[in-house]
Amino acid sequence: MPLTTDRKRQLTTAALVAPAGLWLFVFLVLPFMAMVVFAFGERAPEGGYQAAFTFAQFANLPSRAAAFWNTMMIAPVGAFLCLIVAYPVAYYLSIKSNPKYRLVLVSLVVVPFWTSLLVRTYAWMYILGSRGIPNLLGMIGIEDVRLLNTPGAVLLGIVYGYLPLMIMPIYVSLEKLDRRLLEASADLGAKPVSTFFRITLPLSLPGVMTGVALVIILLLGEYLIPQLLGGGKVFFIGNALVDLFLQSRNWPSGSAIAVTLVVVVVLVLSVAMHIAWKVSGSRQVELV
Amino acid sequence: MRTLVTSVYLFLYAPIALVVLFSFNAGRSASEFTGFSTMWYSKALGNTFLITALQNSLMIAFTSAVLAAVFGTMAALGMQRLSSRGRAIFDGLFAAAIVVPGVVIGIATLVALVEVFSFLNPALASIWPGDKPPQLGLGYGSIIAAHGLFSLALVTMIVKARIASLGRDIVEASSDLYATPFTTFRQIVLPQILPSVLAGFLLAFTFSFDDFIVAFFVAGSKTTLPIYVFASIRRGVTPEINAIATMVLVASLLIILIARVLMRDKTTKVQAGE
Repeated sequence: MPLTTDRKRQLTTAALVAPAGLWLFVFLVLPFMAMVVFAFGERAPEGGYQAAFTFAQFANLPSRAAAFWNTMMIAPVGAFLCLIVAYPVAYYLSIKSNPKYRLVLVSLVVVPFWTSLLVRTYAWMYILGSRGIPNLLGMIGIEDVRLLNTPGAVLLGIVYGYLPLMIMPIYVSLEKLDRRLLEASADLGAKPVSTFFRITLPLSLPGVMTGVALVIILLLGEYLIPQLLGGGKVFFIGNALVDLFLQSRNWPSGSAIAVTLVVVVVLVLSVAMHIAWKVSGSRQVELV
Repeated sequence: MRTLVTSVYLFLYAPIALVVLFSFNAGRSASEFTGFSTMWYSKALGNTFLITALQNSLMIAFTSAVLAAVFGTMAALGMQRLSSRGRAIFDGLFAAAIVVPGVVIGIATLVALVEVFSFLNPALASIWPGDKPPQLGLGYGSIIAAHGLFSLALVTMIVKARIASLGRDIVEASSDLYATPFTTFRQIVLPQILPSVLAGFLLAFTFSFDDFIVAFFVAGSKTTLPIYVFASIRRGVTPEINAIATMVLVASLLIILIARVLMRDKTTKVQAGE
């Protein structure tokens, strides 16, 4: 009998993972392969794709250098600004806040992340737009201030949009921190500042790494924030992709850029995992 | 430090509050509050394009989240029984589904489906007995498929984490007491993973409901609520958009709060068990 129960077990396992496996294959693996094939093709005269084998699309990447440059510059800066705002909040929530209200305070940070980024970015379009802050400044005599469609506006939108994602992993790693270490440090005569820099900060580095990596990776594919707050002046790779696919219908060129973007994401991710692994000895990346 | 943290919370919520406030503005202005009125809400609710977009979004979010919850839970249960190699492949694919930017998922799905349809439609037409062969194209199906991909990975991750935190001993005790594997699943495992399945479903629902970029590529001629909102924003800022935005916010806030309660329930139970 053991053989048949074994066989039954195998079949059950296969049946359990089959739908997900099929979904992943048909809607992730196959499309990705199609995109790679497209990247080596040519643009058909009427738009779209025409079969070919050429490296022309990749050779043509420098024509979109500005989009890559903006993304690669603004994403890390945005992530860093996020970190600067997020760390004190995570520190306060995990160590200084009243445990009674902690869950509520943490929820208040997480909840905006799961609400529409479109709506949240719209809010800033509204505030920075000509009828928002510039209008108020105009009333007190400061005329012609442009806030919308500047790199600053995009950075502000980034910090606003991704702050929750930065706070959470740092909060989790600080929350896990053994409080007795802090007491021991104080008992041994360390000043709070040196306890922070020698105990708290190093032990929270995995969370910091996770947060920075998550925010940078999501920013690499960002479209809405530069579109709405950068107004075509500050554009990311995502904006170039939408333009190539939906406006100029140059699918092969767009595919080449998309493939390159995935390569960049994988590179950033492996660097982050490598550092995280060195820092903490674990590769855990928490997303929710 | 408290002042700093308070100002961060203000920073997080004040812009949203402003959007909500001006959705009740009686005037057309987006900067001058001229009196309280709900006229923009009735105007928004009377807008048939908007209502259609909302219905599409709800249907797509519901379908993709249900499929993701069912298949994701099955995958989470099945993966623990796979060989370590099989598990690594699934882990890698799920991770890819999460980290690959939405814009790339949208593009890849678009090019693959358009290519597949360009083969399938003539083939279908040649074997179709009637006069009007069905034309396959982008639409509800492609949005559900592309949203389902991310949602599937999300649900699997959440449920898998829950399964990992379950004690093996209770499952073994159940089988020692001669329960069949299915009975053990129904009476022991399922009740314990159900909150995380529900939480995964709700997160998947809000993800799909709020997603703009993936749908933008694969929606074809269909309109979802975020696509409609995006198009209206491009036409100009009006209190009507504020009213729509407020309704979208309230909807996702409610769903996400329920998901948070379900997930919290899970952690307290785990802590109690320790």
